[in-house]
Amino acid sequence: MKTIYQRPESLTSATSIYCPGCGHGIVQKLIAEVIDELELRTRTIGVAPVGCAVLSYDYFNFDVTEAAHGRAPAVATAIKRLLPNRIVFTYQGDGDLAAIGTAEIIHAATRGENFSVFFVNNAVYGMTKGQMAPTTLPGQKTTTTIYGRKAETHGFPLKICELLSSIDGVIYLERTTTSDIPGIMATKKAIKRAFSLQIENKGLSLVEILTSCPTNWKKSPIESMKWIKEVMEKYYPVKVFKEPSVAKI
Amino acid sequence: MGTEEMKIKLLNGCEASAEGALSAGCKFYAGYPITPQNRYPEYMSKRMEETGGIFIQAESETSSINMVFGAAAAGFRCMTSSSSPGISLMQEGISYLSGCELPAVIVNMSRGGPGLGDVTPSQADYFQSTRGGGHGDYRTIVLAPWSCQEIHDHTYMAFDLADRYRNPVVVLGDGLIAQMYETVKIRPKKKRFPKKPWALDGCYGRKPNSLKSLFLTPGVLEAHNWKLAAKFAKIEKREVRFESYYCKDSTYIVVSYGTCARITKEAIDRARGEGINIGLFRPVSLWPFPYQQLAECIRTAKKILVVEMNLGQMIDDVKIAAANSSARIFFYGRPGGGVPDPDEIYREIKKK
Ligand SMILES: Cc1ncc(C[n+]2csc(CCOP(=O)(O)OP(=O)(O)O)c2C)c(N)n1
Repeated sequence: MKTIYQRPESLTSATSIYCPGCGHGIVQKLIAEVIDELELRTRTIGVAPVGCAVLSYDYFNFDVTEAAHGRAPAVATAIKRLLPNRIVFTYQGDGDLAAIGTAEIIHAATRGENFSVFFVNNAVYGMTKGQMAPTTLPGQKTTTTIYGRKAETHGFPLKICELLSSIDGVIYLERTTTSDIPGIMATKKAIKRAFSLQIENKGLSLVEILTSCPTNWKKSPIESMKWIKEVMEKYYPVKVFKEPSVAKI
Repeated sequence: MGTEEMKIKLLNGCEASAEGALSAGCKFYAGYPITPQNRYPEYMSKRMEETGGIFIQAESETSSINMVFGAAAAGFRCMTSSSSPGISLMQEGISYLSGCELPAVIVNMSRGGPGLGDVTPSQADYFQSTRGGGHGDYRTIVLAPWSCQEIHDHTYMAFDLADRYRNPVVVLGDGLIAQMYETVKIRPKKKRFPKKPWALDGCYGRKPNSLKSLFLTPGVLEAHNWKLAAKFAKIEKREVRFESYYCKDSTYIVVSYGTCARITKEAIDRARGEGINIGLFRPVSLWPFPYQQLAECIRTAKKILVVEMNLGQMIDDVKIAAANSSARIFFYGRPGGGVPDPDEIYREIKKK
């Protein structure tokens, strides 16, 4: 018998308790595959802050630490500065990175810290059951915007890649999607790019990944994929915002 | 400057504490400016560069303490310093450090509050320091130095205690100690350090490590808390520190700590000169508090005076220690950055 597919070594055999159709499982598997392919498992340290990211402590088969809500970039800063030969990444939700932890990501970016950020944008607060996130779309219904997000009362969505692209310390910024297979493959490529740039000591890299949260969106997994494609990707264009050749001034 | 060969230096409390940290092998400092301890990050920025450590001026105290969390997770001796409002911002992080059993040192050069308060010396952070400070059932070891030499020694010792118990340790100074200059005998550099098999540095040749305070399976968090409780009980048994002056057979005991105790001691010397049978009890570890030792000290006491630079916080612990004593307990305090002078305390001693 020939093995054509197996679980990456960077994932444990624990059964995932993410909801059916949740994007976290997809992204975590991609990260694990890339770490295996680049042979980084025994020198990687993951930082997973509060949010549905906390479940990953049981799934990643390499060193991982908790971080307080929003503070992963501060935690990762210290780890990478003290262990510059290790590979350090943060894995953050949109409430985490774009609300409570906005200061931490912006300042890690301005300092040009040399770690990678995987930013999981599912347009809601997943773990706390679906409140408005800074990334919630105009008109989107959540448990704290029951009539839909309105600009007058709830403000506008925060576009993180667009925001960070003005910061010199950021070397690589790409927004990807998980709404279809080509999108997932492109996401994997972006994750690989981020790790490769870290190995080359280039500075902060961030991949924003548009993902689904069917449970809180109150949609089926298939409807969720459609919604990412038809609604989220319109508001959050999938593209490279910054890369080394462009970043060099 | 040839710091290695110079053994005695004239330093202020920030510098003395920083040198204690460096002698103890501190490799990481993150901080944010706040008076009266601005000298601390300034001094560390220079000294970390000279000693091959990492200095980061963080964007906030929230970030400082979480950087310290990362440094501790990676297995390095690490610290931050701040003053009261900044220490308030750090409380969530300190709770996480304790919950994840990570060693770190936090120096608080406390100032007058509440709110923005002022920048003068205060002891109003006693409750915050000794009762955990953040959320959850945890404690931090709290050391209260009264001189530049002591803050040097306490900071050095704080790193060993933090590693020994895998818990954050607070060195509680104030604006007075932060800014006064005294000669300090510098401790030699520590050479041997405890191993940290739990640290995160990549899982080469071992199973992956994970650090967390989150335990969702029913009963597991409770078990984790019981484990912490056993550790705290051990600390209470082993790490009590105090000093007493003329306590034996005294009928009048003054209890005071930190710089306030130093001021009080002058008043006590004067009162003793006049034949008053008075002694001073000075808790050096505020947690664990020397309950038994104080109870012993006040056995013959008829009067106890607690002197603090606040509205009366340590007095709660004195009352616990004095539960079986018939002595009357008085309080004299100066809140909001007020600093008593020896004459004032002497007058209070006579009044009671
Ligand atoms: C200081 C603090 N505030 C609030 C919370 C509660 N909380 C836990 S997860 C979460 C939202 C996480 O949402 P997001 O970052 O978008 O991640 P997701 O769960 O959607 O993956 C919040 C608000 C907390 N744990 N700590």
